[in-house]
Amino acid sequence: MAIKVLIPTPLQKFTNNEATVECDAANIGGLMDTLDSHFPGIKARLCDDQGELRRFVNFYVNSEDIRFLDGKDTALSDGDEVSIVPAVAGG
Amino acid sequence: MTQAIEQPKTLSTAASLGPTFSALRCRECGETYDLGAKHVCEDVCFGPLEVVYDYDLIRQRVSRASIEAGPKSIWRYKEFLPVASDNPIDVGTGMTPLLKADRLARRLGLKSLYIKNDAVNMPTLSFKDRVVSIALSRARELGFTTVSCASTGNLANSTAAIAAHAGLDCCVFIPSDLEAGKVLGTLIYNPTVMAVKGNYDQVNRLCSEVANTQGWGFVNINLRPYYSEGSKTLGYEVAEQLGWQLPDHIVAPLASGSLFTKIYKGFQEFVKTGLVEAKDVRFSGAQAEGCSPISQAFKEGRDFVTPVKPNTIAKSIAIGNPADGIYALDIARKTNGNIEDVTDAEIIDGIKLLAETEGIFTETAGGTTIAVLQKLVEAGKINPDETTVAYITGNGLKTQEAVQGYIGEPLTIEPKLESFERALERARTLERLDWQQTSV
Repeated sequence: MAIKVLIPTPLQKFTNNEATVECDAANIGGLMDTLDSHFPGIKARLCDDQGELRRFVNFYVNSEDIRFLDGKDTALSDGDEVSIVPAVAGG
Repeated sequence: MTQAIEQPKTLSTAASLGPTFSALRCRECGETYDLGAKHVCEDVCFGPLEVVYDYDLIRQRVSRASIEAGPKSIWRYKEFLPVASDNPIDVGTGMTPLLKADRLARRLGLKSLYIKNDAVNMPTLSFKDRVVSIALSRARELGFTTVSCASTGNLANSTAAIAAHAGLDCCVFIPSDLEAGKVLGTLIYNPTVMAVKGNYDQVNRLCSEVANTQGWGFVNINLRPYYSEGSKTLGYEVAEQLGWQLPDHIVAPLASGSLFTKIYKGFQEFVKTGLVEAKDVRFSGAQAEGCSPISQAFKEGRDFVTPVKPNTIAKSIAIGNPADGIYALDIARKTNGNIEDVTDAEIIDGIKLLAETEGIFTETAGGTTIAVLQKLVEAGKINPDETTVAYITGNGLKTQEAVQGYIGEPLTIEPKLESFERALERARTLERLDWQQTSV
């Protein structure tokens, strides 16, 4: 078991066009580093120069927005599903 | 509603000159992209993309007279809109009444109040017909045959209706707990409707994932840069209907924050192209207390918006994670406006107040706007002398559940004069007692 990460279309150029990847990490912050080690350049899209998550990208762990959890420190465990979704307009 | 829909009459001239827009550009970092179906700055920062216009070209092409000679719909402003074709989808959207609301003004203590009444926008009775007309016209240009959206109800109504008119396939996603009128008002157009067990933010997230896998045009996702521009017409129309001048103050509902920012942009563009004199317009926003992430940020002096989980009857504006919230905050602050929220009870009172004073039956978003308008006046935050425009964006017949139990009932009588007179006397007595209680 590992953590399943859903990659949005604009970032699939980094993941060899894979929409889903699996990797291991202790929390969301760590996941950014792990992803970047597998797919160099992807972290710079998701985090700003200070390493903070970009404000126009939403992260969900098992469908819950990480801003309702512990943000970048949200813990991850095997079997979790992380969804990365760019912000969208209302309706 | 038998208003005749005039066919576009001046579009071909403009189209033959070529489009006035040339690219998409990131609002945050300025990176530019071609005019495809994409909504985020995927090469740099994931910021929202916006359409880039040539304002010198627009200025050369438009005048007050040319606009006034155009169709009686949003397409009279076509030079300001991101659609290249000389044959956009025109279902009579826009040019809704700007009503001088003297009775409501007197009740509130204002001297010059107007209602921009999109409760009677065509074809589906909300402002969403504006954005969808643009999005589907552009979708057709980009080659989409299926269109879709994530919706709190009004957008689904509009997308399904205008897709039907245009002959496009349609699949819409809504939260499963929507008001019956909004669900029926979508199903009648025979799209595929996915009722998702979750709130709007969850529906939106799902749709972002669906947009990754299906080659569909999602009006509020991959077509968003075009779609959102439709709300600018709410700014243009008010300026034109006020006699080519800007108001002093506007009050509008805040959901994602897009409408608010686009009304601002509409005013700015009219100034930039010389159609109206520059003026400082104050922008005030309205939220429901049960979903007020932007209002909370405003009151706490924050420049970021923390998402919330919605719990309000105002479902059409119950967006807990507002994409344009930070831009709405910025506009309210820099124009010396305010953002305020009201309780569900105040929203119902707002719906009733507008109906009783002006004969307009709005939905919960409109009730929120009127209740916030009242709250701002009472707090001295709207100058009675200001020309103020309140934007009413949806129709109350779609959300009847919201007011059931809070309004009167018919007096059931026998078909006899005596029965009528007895009932009338009783009604007058009750009214008198009610009035006396209010006075005390």
